[in-house]
Amino acid sequence: MSPRPLRLRKVSNPPVVSGFKPYGNKKKSSDDENDSVFLHLEEYEALRLCDYEMLDQYHAALMMNVSRPTLTRIYAKARQKIAEAFVLGKQIIIEGGKIYFDSEWYTCKTCGCYFNNPDKLEEIKECPMCRSINFVSYEPDYEKTEDTLIRCMDICICPSCGMGTPRRFGYACKDEICPGCGNKMVKKEASHIRNFK
Amino acid sequence: MKVAITSTGNNLESKLDQRFGRCSYFAVYDLETKGIEFIPNPNKDAQEGAGPASVQLIASRNVQKIISGEFGIKIKSLLDSLKIQMIVLKDPEKKIGEIINMLND
Repeated sequence: MSPRPLRLRKVSNPPVVSGFKPYGNKKKSSDDENDSVFLHLEEYEALRLCDYEMLDQYHAALMMNVSRPTLTRIYAKARQKIAEAFVLGKQIIIEGGKIYFDSEWYTCKTCGCYFNNPDKLEEIKECPMCRSINFVSYEPDYEKTEDTLIRCMDICICPSCGMGTPRRFGYACKDEICPGCGNKMVKKEASHIRNFK
Repeated sequence: MKVAITSTGNNLESKLDQRFGRCSYFAVYDLETKGIEFIPNPNKDAQEGAGPASVQLIASRNVQKIISGEFGIKIKSLLDSLKIQMIVLKDPEKKIGEIINMLND
């Protein structure tokens, strides 16, 4: 039985270079075949989202249109490959992978249309409809997905006055300030709250 | 440069068709010569594959932009490889004439 086919991973833009070469090699390697590490484009994208864009893995997974555990696996593989290249002085070639490129979408604030940029080499300077320069990159609102709502069922509670507020997505309870008394809040049912009682 | 607009009819008073693959007419407008051509869509009642067939029709006219209300899932990768720009206009009341005036301004 063949395994289930991989889900297509979304990569927003191709990398600016197709690879990296080591320099100052102290030990000349004779075997060219074993001299390079093939970093897949999806691994490059995972690394870009997690370490360059500083997204958390949940949002990086949404960007790449894969599940969060899959993103973690792709990301782990990327780091492992890069570490291998660093330690063994191999060159990195970025290619392959089960991916598709997503051309960026824009929305015009003047006429309200949406448009994409099929030719990535050229920058969009004006709205193709009304020639207005008042357009912005269109980003789907991930915060409002149903999945997020389920994740946001936690409640933050103030240990001093007992006031509770629903936890805001993307913020830890310990970073929240109680609107009633100004103390630091904690997540409801956290272990130290139980000890406190 | 040529622009294709999906239309519900074959004159300038017709409204923008909200579908791409199964629209009634394609209005192909040439920005240089200001000429307009209405092409009846042969894939209007197609069971499936209307989108890719329409892309082929449009691409054969050397169109560089397509204005429609919505694009199906098969279309995007095709148009990306042909370097045709998609413009989504969520306004079913917009007339073809109005869109052309916008493009000319």
